[in-house]
Amino acid sequence: MFPDALEFHVAEYVNNGINWLLHAYAPTFDSISAGISFVLMSIQGGLSSVPWWGYILLVATLAWVVSKRISTVLILVAMLMLIGMFGLWQLAIDTLAVIITAVILSLIFGIPLGILMAEVDLAKSIMKPILDGMQTMPSFVYLIPAMMFFGLGKVPAVFATLIYSMPPVIRLTDLGLRQVPKSTQEAALAYGCTKWQLLKEVRVPLAMPNIMAGINQTTMMALAMVVVCSMIGARGLGQEVLLSINRIDVGHGFESGFSIVILAIVIDRITQGFARRWDPNKR
Amino acid sequence: MKDPAILIEDLWKVYTKNDEDIDVEDQDLITSFDESDEAVVAVRGVSLKVEPGEVFVVMGLSGSGKSTLIRCILRLIDPTAGKVFVSGENVTAMNMKELTEFRRHQTAMVFQHYGLLPHRTVLENVGFGLKIQGVPEKEMIERSKVSLEKVGLSGWENYYPNSLSGGMRQRVGIARAIVMDSPILLMDEPFSGLDPLIRREMQDELIRLQEEMQKTIFFVTHDLDEAMRLGDKMAVMKNGQIVQQGEPSDILSHPADDYVARFVQDKRKQLKMADERAKLEVVSDNTGNDPSTKGAITNVS
Repeated sequence: MFPDALEFHVAEYVNNGINWLLHAYAPTFDSISAGISFVLMSIQGGLSSVPWWGYILLVATLAWVVSKRISTVLILVAMLMLIGMFGLWQLAIDTLAVIITAVILSLIFGIPLGILMAEVDLAKSIMKPILDGMQTMPSFVYLIPAMMFFGLGKVPAVFATLIYSMPPVIRLTDLGLRQVPKSTQEAALAYGCTKWQLLKEVRVPLAMPNIMAGINQTTMMALAMVVVCSMIGARGLGQEVLLSINRIDVGHGFESGFSIVILAIVIDRITQGFARRWDPNKR
Repeated sequence: MKDPAILIEDLWKVYTKNDEDIDVEDQDLITSFDESDEAVVAVRGVSLKVEPGEVFVVMGLSGSGKSTLIRCILRLIDPTAGKVFVSGENVTAMNMKELTEFRRHQTAMVFQHYGLLPHRTVLENVGFGLKIQGVPEKEMIERSKVSLEKVGLSGWENYYPNSLSGGMRQRVGIARAIVMDSPILLMDEPFSGLDPLIRREMQDELIRLQEEMQKTIFFVTHDLDEAMRLGDKMAVMKNGQIVQQGEPSDILSHPADDYVARFVQDKRKQLKMADERAKLEVVSDNTGNDPSTKGAITNVS
């Protein structure tokens, strides 16, 4: 047994700290919450206004553009239909809204952070351990501060998903920028590029395959987090899985679980296809 | 009197682990660098002068510091000590903004590994230098097309560099340089990656272009034949120093030391054989050798 005398708790300090933050910065959190909520509602509204066959058409077109194979188009469309047939369409749209909001916010913060990391070595040495920590931390843990700051529902879900899914796009942006050949950069500099032009005209375009891979991974991470977020009351496919577990309803659990898998596959195929098209070396 | 196109005065480049300032006057320090591996002295006290309209060739084996030297001219690498003047302007004293302007208007560079942008078409690559200067798109396209025509690549405008052969890529590299209309052309082993036939073809092309353009060309190579064919003036580099400079024919006939002598040995033999063959065949015109090397033949034999 570990000696009782050595027992020492920080839980109280953490609680006090969070409470203090909540009181001192209440308006800040409120406005962040309102901001996330606004983006989420706009996206949700936009997504809901598209009829179901609109999505089928969209996925079919995108699948055709990226793969040029009729079989891929048919498989993806059939899978999407399956979600509707399970009666989970609206919930899938809800889930999609959370994912898209979280991914957009991840990219808005993640790509500039990745660029900063590639440009400034000090930023890299500070951010690397933080990113490592973010990725090794169990995803449930993110729910705690999210819930404390933003209560229950979709806003904390977006926040937790955002934090959880940001590391890949930061890392891969950094990696992609660092992998741009020195000789290409040197040539651009010899013709009188400024630092900004070098970034905009040479480094970012050449890092694009990596950045796209980062966006793809970020999206996948966001999808994985959505199920976890159902625990703090985010409506969507995740909640159905959670309900099924509680009711030991294996069949329904399978349907909703499989729907999440379908979403993941469809998004993955399409974003990966675009990532390949961005690769300048494959032209 | 007109300023020399390029004037390099006592230029040093020392690579150290943490980029500290080095006093290059300190002989003991430099010797200690040579004996250890904590620092590399890439260029040591190089001085040279290139007149306008001249093709100046720096020849040396890999590791002789010639690539570092050419990069110091437009400060892609910052020299440790010494001065570089281009058309009378002190490049080593420029701040970042002046340097950017200088690179945009005074020099254009061709690289051994082309340095083309894979995500841009041939035309966009050629126009890259103009684009970052803010030249209007229409003018950029027009000038790029003219430049591509000069290097014989009309019709390839919309291809991507990766679908081109090495020789063609380097033509794009040259087109990108000459479109700038800058007085000085810097070429860092531009033909070294090409196979011998193409290399020769490209050298002819450059000679032809130079007759048209009359630019100042600073050319770096490890190939003696290339140096002899292209150079009006020539410098041989070894271990960061220039061991001999002068006209190619002089270097061939009067090598300054054993190192240069060994370098030019084969070339002399070759020329001697060609000369004897010519005598035997009683053919007066010795094709493939330009007049300057013919002077050397008489010296040798």
